[in-house]
Amino acid sequence: MSRGLRRWVLALGLLGTAVLLVLAARGLPAFGGSAHPYGERAVHAALDRHTANTVAAVTFDQRSFDTLGEESILFGAVLGTVVLLRQTRDENRLPPQPARVSPPVRRYALLALPVTLLVGLYIVAHGQLSPGGGFQGGIVVATALHLLYIAVDYRALERIRPIGLYEAADAAGEAAYVLLGAAGLLAGTAFLANVLPYGTLNTLASGGTVPLFNAAIGVEVACGVVVLLARFLDQAVEIVSTDADADADPDADADSDTDADARSHDAAGEEADT
Amino acid sequence: MTDLPLLAGLALVVAAATATVLVRDPGRQAFPLALLGLALGVLFLLLQAPDVALSQLAVGCALTPLMVLLTVRKARRRARPRGRADAAPARLRHEEEDRE
Repeated sequence: MSRGLRRWVLALGLLGTAVLLVLAARGLPAFGGSAHPYGERAVHAALDRHTANTVAAVTFDQRSFDTLGEESILFGAVLGTVVLLRQTRDENRLPPQPARVSPPVRRYALLALPVTLLVGLYIVAHGQLSPGGGFQGGIVVATALHLLYIAVDYRALERIRPIGLYEAADAAGEAAYVLLGAAGLLAGTAFLANVLPYGTLNTLASGGTVPLFNAAIGVEVACGVVVLLARFLDQAVEIVSTDADADADPDADADSDTDADARSHDAAGEEADT
Repeated sequence: MTDLPLLAGLALVVAAATATVLVRDPGRQAFPLALLGLALGVLFLLLQAPDVALSQLAVGCALTPLMVLLTVRKARRRARPRGRADAAPARLRHEEEDRE
């Protein structure tokens, strides 16, 4: 396809998208008005099923199929990262060095870790009652674990982070969502249908399957983000390319003194970094 | 007048987004990017969407900037030992940036 033709195809696509967007937005109620046709129906349906947080009712009950898609996007992204950022044959793994952390930073991070962890679990557990849910809480939980890297060092983080376990749990969370959806089929209704008793409005056990879907997403997101960051951290902290070192070594003898100086200086800086 | 907080939130997002684009060094860009995440979170909160605000806060303030920083660090580590004799000044410059 020539450059000119490609540009025309792009222009056509953009124009089509613009026309469709304008046509779709023309029927919308005005911004900030008092009429909310979709909102009213969503609130009605949410209260019908004893789910206090309407947004959770939309994402995990009325539109749970959309959420399955979103969850799969994250799962696919984590899978892609695991494959792309793996240790290749020409790369070596250096054990991370212990790092010195200034006492105020360590105190703050160690204090914030349990609080953040608790907040994250609270957000997951109360998804059907208050703003939040599995996705938001899952990320908070994953972030909380990484406070250990700030408080101590990478070795401490690695000790509480058996990566295989988190990868398995990530897949289990994704599978749990699909299996919970299949429970709807077994109950004789539809895939992802809310088949459990709805419970009492505004209690932890309300909303039927909504808290269970929330928990599945929470596990998937928390473990997925931990695995994602682990791959990035491994690349940034541990994995070095042996190829590059072999290239650089013979140079050291041939180069002038000043460059050798810079190199040793450089190596010292690297150690201090890690 | 009731729209004032909303306009302030929008202005904050515009300012943070512009700052993010104007900072050219990816390592430094992570910080205005985190601010942009915070500004978007505030805007969603003002638009009465606390669920989205929470997601935005967690992803935009913590996760994305951290991944940017880690990627920059990895790229610098790779660039360093590969440098030839003529790249020595560049290497020193990297070091200075790290110290800051």
